Amino acid sequence: MQTHKAKRVEITIETIMENRLTKAMRDAGVTGYSVLPVRGGSGRSGTWTRAGQISRAEGMSQVVCIIRPERLDALLEAAFAVVETHIGVVCITDCEVLRAERF
Amino acid sequence: MTDIFALAADNLISPIVLSFALGLAAALARSDLSIPEAIAKAMSIYLLFAIGFKGGVSVSDHGVDLSLGTTILAGIVLSFAIPFVAFALLRLLSRIDRLNAAAVAGHYGSISIVTFVAATSVLQSKGIAAEGFMVAVAAAMEAPAILSALWLVSRGEAGGRMDAGLMREIMLNGSIVLLVGAFLIGWITGPEGLAEIDAFIVAPFKGVLCLFLLDMGLVAGRGMQKGRGALGIGAVVFGVTMPVIGGLLGLLAAVILGLSPGGAVLMMVLAASASYIAVPAAMRVALPEANPSIYLTLSLGVTFPFNLVLGIPLYMALAGMVIGG
Repeated sequence: MQTHKAKRVEITIETIMENRLTKAMRDAGVTGYSVLPVRGGSGRSGTWTRAGQISRAEGMSQVVCIIRPERLDALLEAAFAVVETHIGVVCITDCEVLRAERF
Repeated sequence: MTDIFALAADNLISPIVLSFALGLAAALARSDLSIPEAIAKAMSIYLLFAIGFKGGVSVSDHGVDLSLGTTILAGIVLSFAIPFVAFALLRLLSRIDRLNAAAVAGHYGSISIVTFVAATSVLQSKGIAAEGFMVAVAAAMEAPAILSALWLVSRGEAGGRMDAGLMREIMLNGSIVLLVGAFLIGWITGPEGLAEIDAFIVAPFKGVLCLFLLDMGLVAGRGMQKGRGALGIGAVVFGVTMPVIGGLLGLLAAVILGLSPGGAVLMMVLAASASYIAVPAAMRVALPEANPSIYLTLSLGVTFPFNLVLGIPLYMALAGMVIGG
């Protein structure tokens, strides 16, 4: 089956910044993404868990999007402006998709 | 003094404090006991709705006068002013830098709605009445301290850290909207409205509060473990001194305003408590460089347990001595 090259970008970020990030992505022309909850983890800022959280201050979310390679730089610039000073991870991997016109 | 010890002893063996202690002990013992996030949120929604609604009903029942407006105004002034006292005291007692001290100060100017709910419950169990509009004062005191904290940080800096989006998020954060909304519903529908839903918002209230405080104990205990090492002895001293100073400022305001003894206790609790819901979220956006381990551990791991166990009976005794009742 015919496949097409694409980039998968995963941005793990503080939940409190999620709306700012997704707005920046839409402003950069990236309208397709998924937001996933992160249950807990450990990193430079210590361990944390979603259990019992009633504030959005400590939670983390992951924004995942798959885009055409030529749109990657615009997305990263927009995302970096939001995540630069915040806790989080930006990860880019090569992937292949079946329906290129959707990305 | 005997009164304070008697009240504290009485408070210590209340279901709400013991539930909190259970959660705290379980977390410190590294038990896997946990309350799922969705249930914790549902309980907080229930408590905010119930306390807001009952406050509105009380206002509807007793009518409105000038004291509502002046008390809200006093609450706003306190919320603006307390961060400056907290900032100076924390800088005096610890080596915490300006940025983190300002972030901490913002938490102490704002309020802990859970402490407020617990104090309301204690007052009710003692049969001490308080002004119903104190719920509206609580809502009004959530946000101003954030502006004071950001001002403390941005002195001398070019540009501010507050943008329209953050301001909207602060003013319309879920807990404020729910508290004020439920207050208005209670005010509009009055005792008749309460009679329709009292089986839901009155009878189960204390049980839900116990479960919620069990969860808060777990969160506080895990926060203490996580934040161990983030706080020096000076900061811990600040965490138990600042609520007393805030409480005394609240008492002063209550005396000037002529509040009832119950209202004075709630004003003291509001001025003494530190936020761990609205302000940490705002600080993560506006001051991402500030260390959450410092401000969350102080507000949730030191001041919240202090207020719950010793602060509330202390404020009740002080209000009783100064105002009577």
